[in-house]
Amino acid sequence: MPSFAIKADRDQLVTARLAEVLGADLAHEQQYDLMCYTVPKERLHEILRLLRDELGFNFLTTLCGIHYPGAGDRELGVVYHLHNMRAGHRIRIKSFTSLKEATFDTVTDLWPTANWMEREAWDFFGIKFTGHPNLKRILNMEDFPAFPLRKDYPMEDPTRQDKNDSMFGR
Amino acid sequence: MSDPKTTLQPGTDPASLADKRGKPAQADKPTIVAPPDGMTGQGFFATSVDKAIGLARANSLWPLPFATSCCGIEFMATMGAHYDLSRFGMERLSFSPRQSDLLMVMGTIAKKMAPVLREVYMQMAEPKWVLSMGACASSGGIFDSYSVLQGIDRVIPVDVYIPGCPPRPEQVIDGILKIQELAKNESLRRRYSKEYEDLMAKYRID
Repeated sequence: MPSFAIKADRDQLVTARLAEVLGADLAHEQQYDLMCYTVPKERLHEILRLLRDELGFNFLTTLCGIHYPGAGDRELGVVYHLHNMRAGHRIRIKSFTSLKEATFDTVTDLWPTANWMEREAWDFFGIKFTGHPNLKRILNMEDFPAFPLRKDYPMEDPTRQDKNDSMFGR
Repeated sequence: MSDPKTTLQPGTDPASLADKRGKPAQADKPTIVAPPDGMTGQGFFATSVDKAIGLARANSLWPLPFATSCCGIEFMATMGAHYDLSRFGMERLSFSPRQSDLLMVMGTIAKKMAPVLREVYMQMAEPKWVLSMGACASSGGIFDSYSVLQGIDRVIPVDVYIPGCPPRPEQVIDGILKIQELAKNESLRRRYSKEYEDLMAKYRID
């Protein structure tokens, strides 16, 4: 198991390489013990390819959508958790866009496991992934009319009639 | 029943058979299947055909367990040796909808599952009854959420609801006995009646 000193070195290595490629476009912070990099959407695919091929992040642990209502051009985002299995090193990559241009490049060509994860992000957040081979709903029923994990979707089921305020005193 | 003294003879008061330790005699046990009202005489018993058929239906229900979550576990306890649902003539669970009379929906039904449940119901032959077990099947329960059907009565008609989260096996048995009462007392013409057709039309089931 790598010690924290080694992990800090690896974080430094990744940060330096990404800063070299992206320059001022790179934003990074350490959340708890995980380095988190925010990269512009246009260069996301290029950066992820670099991380996989050059820096050894051969495993996509997870990919998910995220929604910050009212955040303008940073309203919808995608979060990638990458794992370098040889070095035992994990990082997190984020990328944001506006609600209108909710489109990202697919990473199914880099990690085939992204296929279902991107379908899930589409299903729940309405984020499109250009180049995805089969972008359709995966968990909700196919004729579901909305993207239910967006914050503007009502939390309680709107079709339920028995939960009115007079019964619950609110 | 090997001891002839404890065998209930016509005209015997069952209470008199209780033995001295206060344990009720075997003949004192409640009868599960009582004969319907009818004319009786030496060597014959006459009753109406719908009562005889109701008796047969009620005591040989073939349940189809549609168990999706924890209520299904409670149902397994009900089927097990301790509570023993087979005492009520339902030893044989039917996992084929075409051969079963009682659809037991036990557990959360997701909206994605609703068409499947409907299909299963439509595949069942008449006469059929539906038992909705537990809060989730009856109303969506705590899952007031985008993904969960808020009660199966939105897609299929329900005869008996069992409350609880999950209900205890005794409650399940109570629900089954209520279904048996329905089956016993149902008119043979009910499934052809205007009301029944209207009910099916309400659920858009042919």
